[in-house]
Amino acid sequence: MTTATALRSRHLLGITELDPEEIDLILQTALAMKEVGTRPIKKVPTLRGRTVINLFFEPSTRTRMSFELAEKRLSADTLGMTTAGSSVVKGETLADTARTIEAMAPDVIVMRHASSGAPHQIAKICRASVVNAGDGMHEHPTQALLDALTMIERKGRLKGLRVAIVGDLVHSRVLRSNAILLTRMGAEVRACGPATLLPPGIESLGVKVTTSLDEAIEGADVVMMLRVQHERMHGLFLPSVREYFALFGLTAARLERAAPDVIVMHPGPMNRGVEIASEVADGPWSVILDQVANGVAVRMAVLYLLAGTDGGHE
Amino acid sequence: MRRVETPMALLFKSVHLIDPAAGRNGEFDVLVEDGRIARVDKNLPANGARVVELPRSFVMTPGLIDIHVHLREPGQEHKETVATGAAAAVAGGFTAVACMPNTEPVNDCAAVTELILKRAADANLARVYPIGAVSIGSKGEALTEIGDLRASGCVAISDDGRPVKTALLMRRALEYASMFKMPVIDHCEDPSLKGDGVAHEGATSGLLGLRGIPGAAESVMVERDIALAELTGGHVHIAHMSARQSLRAVREGKARGVKVTSEVTPHHFVLADEALATGDYDTNFKMNPPLRESADRAAMIDGLRDGTIDVIATDHAPHHADEKALEFDHAPFGIVGLETALPLCIDRLVHAGVISLARLVELLAPNAARVIGVEGGTLAEGAPADITILAPDAEVVVDASAFRSKSRNTPFDGWKLTGGVAATLVGGRVVHVNEAILGRRDL
Repeated sequence: MTTATALRSRHLLGITELDPEEIDLILQTALAMKEVGTRPIKKVPTLRGRTVINLFFEPSTRTRMSFELAEKRLSADTLGMTTAGSSVVKGETLADTARTIEAMAPDVIVMRHASSGAPHQIAKICRASVVNAGDGMHEHPTQALLDALTMIERKGRLKGLRVAIVGDLVHSRVLRSNAILLTRMGAEVRACGPATLLPPGIESLGVKVTTSLDEAIEGADVVMMLRVQHERMHGLFLPSVREYFALFGLTAARLERAAPDVIVMHPGPMNRGVEIASEVADGPWSVILDQVANGVAVRMAVLYLLAGTDGGHE
Repeated sequence: MRRVETPMALLFKSVHLIDPAAGRNGEFDVLVEDGRIARVDKNLPANGARVVELPRSFVMTPGLIDIHVHLREPGQEHKETVATGAAAAVAGGFTAVACMPNTEPVNDCAAVTELILKRAADANLARVYPIGAVSIGSKGEALTEIGDLRASGCVAISDDGRPVKTALLMRRALEYASMFKMPVIDHCEDPSLKGDGVAHEGATSGLLGLRGIPGAAESVMVERDIALAELTGGHVHIAHMSARQSLRAVREGKARGVKVTSEVTPHHFVLADEALATGDYDTNFKMNPPLRESADRAAMIDGLRDGTIDVIATDHAPHHADEKALEFDHAPFGIVGLETALPLCIDRLVHAGVISLARLVELLAPNAARVIGVEGGTLAEGAPADITILAPDAEVVVDASAFRSKSRNTPFDGWKLTGGVAATLVGGRVVHVNEAILGRRDL
């Protein structure tokens, strides 16, 4: 693969907009960034004088902290705003929110929003680079990139990997970004979940969809478990936690069908005993904490590529 | 706009007249006197009437009627008023519109109907036919005084914006309205299946992460309504049909002899949900029913061709730009349609070879008049001189900033289309001239 030397877009809105060379560039850059985290002084001056605004319209702990840490390690000036709900709750249009932030002349806006497409709408208005930190049920590109980095570290490749993604698929931005990235990089993706939580159209990405956990896990190199929200558990999506765990919960016994060196991933936060048994979450297969560490490196790489070069995208 | 109560007699010489209801499609002289069509024949003498000669490519049709618009007055005058809506109508070639009752307050009593008619008379542009609510406040509980609504000027009843809530209410509405020969127009949508959906449920919504509204949300209620029209003998009109399953149900209902009619909007036969796949989440592509998939769009075209669909109506739904400048989840549903309908219809249906211009006129004039039971839809002798003059070969660029409507929420801004409206006459009076097409010619 020929490696790109820069990203074509000044935004990172989704994996959808990235070609394989760009994905590879981000992952290679992230590997280099990981080294910074091992130094006694975990800081480089790459983004000195650059301003990054973390705009979180939806509560987030780990993603927001991961971005903040990445920004600080790159010496950016950062500030954050977390507001519950959409702009409409505040009585302000999304466009006005964007213009207000824009008036402060940030270089990068990292944005999370409960509505799909909100970062895309902001990006149309703003001169700053917009990084999507998760939009509704649409995309979470840095999550998919950190997951890919984790797989590469453990498996040495993405091409040909058999990856099972299991859980609440329809509401999951992690599924969408991962499915696009992994199929684009030549992995075999199996998406598994209850029939009430399957997204329409996912097959068009080349993903194999199944409602059988055993079928999804069979020979898998990677099993990625997705969180199932509690509010989906008692009603029209799913009858009970008990039945969900029986049908879709990952246990050590079920993992026996997977490849012998299978790794287990989870974007967090985990519901132990709902989608994943503790014996698996804490077991030898688990790379869940590696994912967290890689999150910082991937976000450093993205910020560096978007804002670290001297106005390369102007 | 001139406000002459008894305009001068006009004689259109050798005009290409398409009047399907009168069985005319050819060159005629048309004499307009005292607001009505006095004579249609060859070689009529002027006898003092002002003679008008139009370019040969122009076509005279009965005034077009849009039976599904939202004029927003009373209550939401920042989006549209009866006057601005009527101006948009005549600019779009419509001589009459029927306006839905989801105003604030809801048009569920004579007082609101009378206010709308008063505003329409003041505007003195398009004819405005109010549609009354089925239920008080459109809440789905108790019937409105449908007889009183009829007496004060309503031509149909509907809880549009919402479906007629229960099967029983729909049954009673069909029975009761049949006494007044009024159709019940239903916005068919099962609320539980719609949920908090914002786009058609399919591959596009799945990949964009937008909550989906399946086609079945519409068709289950279309099936219900057809069963109830069959039970009661009442007339149900299916508003803004979008799903291929609904079309199949209407086709089967008609074949059984059920009194069911249906309409489709231009956006549902021009666009499909793929239009959203550009991924910029433009809220001008958010409407209800949503843009459906290609197979549904193709089914609507079939329905226009084979007669399953009776009427093209716009579902003109003005919203202020500030209201649309929200997240896709939160922006209101709907787009304006009055000023883009004709270019879209002529370009995408007639020039594309789907239907003839005469069939298009049928869908927009006589059929529309028949569904809501109003005068017009023909230029036969004695009919009101409500006239639309089309320029089917005119090159048109949609310019939302020039709309007469108060709102600009259209996905078609900047589209280049072939087919326009040259002029509009209501009651023999010229109420709109498109100078870009017609030049400074005096009508």
